[in-house]
Amino acid sequence: MERDFLACPLTGTRLIDEYFIENRTRLLDLAAFLDRLDRAADPAADADFRMQAFREGLRVLCGSSGPRVERIQRVFSDPTTEPADGLDQKSACGAYDHSKAGGA
Amino acid sequence: MEYIDLHAHMASRTTDDYEQMALTGCVALTDPAFWAGFDRASADSFDDYFHQLTEVEPKRAARVGIRHYTWLCLNPKEADNRALARAVLEKIPKYLDRANVLGIGEIGLNRITRNEVATFQDHLDLAAAHRQIVLIHTPHLEDKYKGTRLIVETLQRDGRIDPGRILIDHAEEHTIGIILGNGFWAGITLYPQTKVSPQRAIDMIERFGPDRICVSSACDWGPSLPIAVPRFALEMRRRGHDEKWIRKIIYENPITFLSQSPRFLIGQKMNDGNGRKAQSAPSGR
Repeated sequence: MERDFLACPLTGTRLIDEYFIENRTRLLDLAAFLDRLDRAADPAADADFRMQAFREGLRVLCGSSGPRVERIQRVFSDPTTEPADGLDQKSACGAYDHSKAGGA
Repeated sequence: MEYIDLHAHMASRTTDDYEQMALTGCVALTDPAFWAGFDRASADSFDDYFHQLTEVEPKRAARVGIRHYTWLCLNPKEADNRALARAVLEKIPKYLDRANVLGIGEIGLNRITRNEVATFQDHLDLAAAHRQIVLIHTPHLEDKYKGTRLIVETLQRDGRIDPGRILIDHAEEHTIGIILGNGFWAGITLYPQTKVSPQRAIDMIERFGPDRICVSSACDWGPSLPIAVPRFALEMRRRGHDEKWIRKIIYENPITFLSQSPRFLIGQKMNDGNGRKAQSAPSGR
C-alpha cells in the first residue's frame, strides 16, 4: 500500500547538507560500541542473542537498497504468532531469542 | 503553533512540564490510563487513580490553559493478572460519564500472553457496550510486530467497533502499513530510546501520507520529552514541509479522531444554550 503521499521537499544533496554530520556521528557511535565489545573480549557477548540480531541488522544495513528500517525491525522481531502461555518478564529486551523457540 | 498531544501520561509529570507544554502551544492533551511502574496491590487503588485522571489532572492542566482529557482501562502492563482485570473493569463504567473521559485506553498487549489477550477482549466488550472510542497500545521492541498483528486480527474478528473509531498507537515502520491498511488510525510516539525519533516519524508520514496519523510524546515517568510534539514540528520545518501539513498532523488530525467522542470539544463550535455559537477553546488562551 506504500505510496509517496507527502514527498520530502529536499533534494538528495540538500538532505546530505542538512543531515550528514549528525549521521556521521551516529555511525562513529555504532563503530565505537562494536570496538568496545571487541576490547571486552568476552565470548559470552558474541553468543548473546541480542548481538547476533544486531550483527544481522548491520548486514541488512550494509546490503542492497530498499526499506532498510523495516527489514531491520523484522530482524529484531518475534516471528511467532501464538500468544505465550504465561508472563516471563515485564518488559521486552530489544531482540527475539530464537533459542526459546528451538532455534526457529 | 497550536498542537494536541494525544498521548501524555501527565499524572507522572510535574507542573513545570505542563507549563513547558503550554508555552510551546499545547491546547489539549489526552492522558491514557497507565502502569504506575509497579503492580498495584489491589483494584481499589484504581479508584484513586481514576479520580486523579478525571478530577485532579484537569485542574492542574487548566491552570496553564490546557484542556485535559483521559482514557480509562487496566493498562496492558498489568493485564496478565485476570483477577485484577475483572475487578478493575467492573469499576470503569461508573467513571465513563465524567466530563473529560473520551473512551477506553490504552488497552492492548504487553508481552502477548493468553491472559493479556483475554483482558484485551474484555476491554473491547466494555468499549462496544458503552459505544466508546478506543486507544490501543502495541507492544514494544521485539514484541511489536507479533502484537500488532494479533491486535488487528482480534479487532477484525470482533468487528463491533468501526476501525475509524480506533487509534492503534506506537506504530513503527514494520507495523504502520498493517494499521493504516486495515482502516485504523495510527499513532506514532516520539520517545528518546525505545520508540521513534522525529526524523523517522516524518519518514513514515512521507511514505504513508498525512491522513489518519497522529504523533504524540507518550511522556511518562521514564526517559521522555513532554515537548516532543513541537520538536517534531521543528523537524518538519527543517525538512522543508509546508506549515499546513504540520498543522494537519499535530492539530487537525487529533481533532478529527478525538471529536468522535462527544466530550472532546477543542476546535468545534458548540451551542452556548442560547442559540449562539461559542468557541470551545480552553479559557486563558
